[in-house]
Amino acid sequence: MVTLQLDRLSAGYGRRQILTEVSTPRFEGGQVVALLGPNAAGKSTLFRRIFGLLKGGGEARIDGATTARPVAYMPQDTGVNAILTVYESVLLARMQGRRLNVQPEDLAEVEQALDELGIASLSERDIGDLSGGQRQLLSAAQALVQRPEILLLDEPTSALDLNRQISLLSILRRLAREREMLIMIALHDLGHALRFTDKAMVLENGRLIACGPTAEVVTPELVRDVYRVTARIEPCSQGQPQLIVEAAV
Amino acid sequence: MRSEAAPQSLALGRDHYRALVLRRQLILVALVLALLLSLCIDLALGPARFSLGEVVAAILNPDAVSQQARVIVWEIRMPVALMAMVVGASLSIAGAEMQTILSNPLASPFTLGISAGASFGAALALAFGVAIVPSAIDYIVPINAFIMAMLTAFFIHALSLKRGVTVETIVLLGIAMVFIFNSLMALIQFFASQQAVAAVVFWTMGSLTKATWPKLWISLAVLAMVVPLLARHGWALTAMRLGDSKAESMGVNPRRLRLEVLVLVSLLAAIAVAFVGTIGFIGLVGPHIARLLLGEDQRFFLPGSALCGALILSIGSVLSKVILPGTIIPIGIITSLVGIPFFLFLVLNHKKASW
Repeated sequence: MVTLQLDRLSAGYGRRQILTEVSTPRFEGGQVVALLGPNAAGKSTLFRRIFGLLKGGGEARIDGATTARPVAYMPQDTGVNAILTVYESVLLARMQGRRLNVQPEDLAEVEQALDELGIASLSERDIGDLSGGQRQLLSAAQALVQRPEILLLDEPTSALDLNRQISLLSILRRLAREREMLIMIALHDLGHALRFTDKAMVLENGRLIACGPTAEVVTPELVRDVYRVTARIEPCSQGQPQLIVEAAV
Repeated sequence: MRSEAAPQSLALGRDHYRALVLRRQLILVALVLALLLSLCIDLALGPARFSLGEVVAAILNPDAVSQQARVIVWEIRMPVALMAMVVGASLSIAGAEMQTILSNPLASPFTLGISAGASFGAALALAFGVAIVPSAIDYIVPINAFIMAMLTAFFIHALSLKRGVTVETIVLLGIAMVFIFNSLMALIQFFASQQAVAAVVFWTMGSLTKATWPKLWISLAVLAMVVPLLARHGWALTAMRLGDSKAESMGVNPRRLRLEVLVLVSLLAAIAVAFVGTIGFIGLVGPHIARLLLGEDQRFFLPGSALCGALILSIGSVLSKVILPGTIIPIGIITSLVGIPFFLFLVLNHKKASW
């Protein structure tokens, strides 16, 4: 099973240091990890550093991977227009680093990714015609089609309606279990984090300030200190913890 | 989120994709056939007119036709007709990949200053007989043009490597180069003799009439070398059209790819411009027509751009002979006058926004 452990991971742009020595315990395939923190805390930078787009000190140690490219990354940016259909643009993500001719199994992989995310009916649409939410689901499909063992998703629900937010997070959680895939999701909705993730790590000003089981990390104290809002956490009628936000500090 | 009708729409997705691929393959075949037809017509036209049948006979079985027909078709018209196709393909591919890697629909050998650099190099030779490097007298103009085109390209590459230089900056740099070279050209024309000015002006109009077999082989060799190198990056180049951050997330290194492709297509454009002069329009329009016909999957877009460019210039070559019988109008003028209205028609009738 694939594992990921961050060891004093640092990164920055030019002289500007963004991430400072982020170290975590070992995360394992099958887990869903929430990456939390206010705007500009360094969440995207952490993903870019793990994915290898940024250099810096420390190490993101991946063990037990069975493929040469175990990590896939879905950036916040959903891309610009080009004359490509949804189907083509997912195939494109699948075919990177492969030969020019497409095999039937590549097509099957594309169709499965589209189906998992519920956008198979959009296959023949041009990507320029998609709504913001549809683009975000397409972006997730482009990451999934790479068959990653570790999947990094940067705010994948930011443009989705409530129904699709819940659906996407449920699907991701199921896929993490089914494929023993480690999924790390940057989220702003702490309620979603409590409900859908196993572990949580919290960044503030580029430093890791909390890491552990989500229910232990997301507390009224943390919410007040990091997000500067007062909140209560109470079990709902079905016993799940709910975050009730009261006021900005 | 799996929809209930999933298996059906899954099958539809694949069927639609297969149909799309088939349609594109048919379009490519149609372009090849149109190109062959245009080549035959191009060979048939001129002071001595042949029927299409005679041309085909002269191509397939040169010994069966008169010596006069054989010489005219093979020695005089064939290099020009083929040069039109090779140059058209080269400029169109150069424009296609510049547009792709710079994410800019206006990028072309002309807008990046490569054509302007070539014109300046040619003007130095034509006006003052300056050879940038010692070369055979027949080749001073093209070699000067080629060297200046490549120098321009390398200058832009060098600047683009600086930190913080974006693709928009690269396009701006190119346009700045165009203006610099235009001023230098004006300066040359100011000091040069009237005869030399005429030669410079004629060169910058672009003309295929100086094509010879050796020049054709050189252009063709460069084209044959560059195309496989570009095709190797087919998937990565297609991904570049989604923007750098999407391309990166798919494992592409946009900076490295941009640099490599810029060098390759500059070479392609420099060779083409050096031999035939400035034909600015092809590098812009060839790829746009290919994009409208074939989409942006490079497996179809790259050959499609080459074929569209070749076809436009080949048709231009035909028209340059028939518009004023007895006169061959410089092809750069024809392609712009005939091509731009056609291009505007296509762009204005296309409903999908792609940039």
